[in-house]
Amino acid sequence: MLVEAPGEFDLIQQGRIWALADALSSWPNVQEAVIGVTNVMLIFDQPPSDIGMLSASIVELWHRVPGRRADGKVIEIPVVYGGELGFDLPAVVEHTGLSARDIIRIHSEGDYTVCAVASSPGFGYLHGLDPRIHMPRKSVPSLNIRAGSVTIGGMQTGVAALTSPNGWNAIGWASVAMFDPWREQPSLMLPGDRVKFRIDRIEL
Amino acid sequence: MIEILTSAAFNTIQDLGRRGARRFGVSTSGAMDPIALAGGNALLGNDDNAAGIEIQTFPFRLRFQADAAFALTGADHISTLTGSPVGSWWCRRARAGDILAIETPRRGARVYATVGGGLDVPSVLGSRSTHLRAGFGGLEGRTLQAGDVIPVGRPLCEAGRRVDFGAAPPDVAIAGAGSAEDRVLRIRLMRAGEYDLFPEAVQARFWSTTWKISARSDRGGYRLAGDKLTLDAPVEMRSHGVVPGVVQVPPGGEPIIQMSDANTAGGYPKMAAVIQADLWRLGQATPGSFITFSEVSYQDAVAAMAPVNDYLARLRATADLYRAL
Repeated sequence: MLVEAPGEFDLIQQGRIWALADALSSWPNVQEAVIGVTNVMLIFDQPPSDIGMLSASIVELWHRVPGRRADGKVIEIPVVYGGELGFDLPAVVEHTGLSARDIIRIHSEGDYTVCAVASSPGFGYLHGLDPRIHMPRKSVPSLNIRAGSVTIGGMQTGVAALTSPNGWNAIGWASVAMFDPWREQPSLMLPGDRVKFRIDRIEL
Repeated sequence: MIEILTSAAFNTIQDLGRRGARRFGVSTSGAMDPIALAGGNALLGNDDNAAGIEIQTFPFRLRFQADAAFALTGADHISTLTGSPVGSWWCRRARAGDILAIETPRRGARVYATVGGGLDVPSVLGSRSTHLRAGFGGLEGRTLQAGDVIPVGRPLCEAGRRVDFGAAPPDVAIAGAGSAEDRVLRIRLMRAGEYDLFPEAVQARFWSTTWKISARSDRGGYRLAGDKLTLDAPVEMRSHGVVPGVVQVPPGGEPIIQMSDANTAGGYPKMAAVIQADLWRLGQATPGSFITFSEVSYQDAVAAMAPVNDYLARLRATADLYRAL
């Protein structure tokens, strides 16, 4: 079952989604509450018998659950901007009309919030990208975006968790393990965490 | 221990899948035909969720390094144990040194080889299933290759008990959508979230088209060819959770059915979802084969699981009884 929040995507609605997911996780028969962007998907142990009543209870909970602030840990990610693994930086320069150094400055000064972890193991959807450096996704994905690539896709930025085809634009690279299945907490990023990108090096 | 002698691409170790790790972005993986895996385990007296080998490229050969009971389930195939034929949905005992050779199935896509005691690879995030994209689970997170040696767990059933019997395969034993006329597989679906965004004519085409499973189909998803499902205006969805069985419609209009290795999240509009009771049938559909869809209600979808669960329960009870005779 997919529960979607009404209205625009902002951190207030997302904070209510986090709180809703926290609360629903402990409901009987709920195997997992999977956070998306302004939505949460419920996986059940057994198919619920009365969907209508369940939906009504969730809506009722939605109206009274207090939102959660982005109160997670702060993750600092040192980035090598540009260079061999940030090969889309020139395209972002061309699209935005900004210089490469300005793009790097804007990106590294941003304050980002992990909205959801999804799509591949440990991949965090980050909110907070400056509109000046929004950059459309590619129509044809690049075949090998290396794990650790720092990317921009539309109004979002992220760090690729796996080496795989990817339609986002690589502007740099970070030597950070986003995911380790053997760690007690396998995903470095969790919903509600905050992310700071730091300039480790610039290769232009 | 068993030793892999021949394995073409993409044969992996799978159990019934990884639950509870979606919130870290980890897809469930797991057998494409969970009924076959659980059925093989039931024949051997294993736990339903014991890990086996999902064989989807052939031929496949392995050698038993010690005596072991094993079962072959899933697609209808011919195989041999050191020369003597072994049927589908059958369990046997192998002696140390015996070679099991599995050829391309006559019907169906995937054969499951299970062993008494299950394959004893480490459990990662609660499952032994191979997560190929992320490279963990199964055997070192990768597909099997010649020379691999896989440890086998301790059997729950005593050695010496009766082995060498079989079961009716589920497509024969379970009534319902069944194997249909004209070799077209009938699959039941429920409407999904964005169904109503599609124009009525497109909705009608979705149900009436005989879809072909494209060659670009794998454990991640089946791409369907047959018609284009187009929206009046493009819809940008926020990233949201998806599960195996969901039929997504990318902007090109060519539907994709998400399967075991699908990502945990997607952003495309969802037309419908294959009901759980029919997902295993889809897991046995080969690229190039044809499927048609019929719509069922949520209540019917839930009810459709009863015959599947009954089949597995009966299979287990009969196997336990037979083994104890």
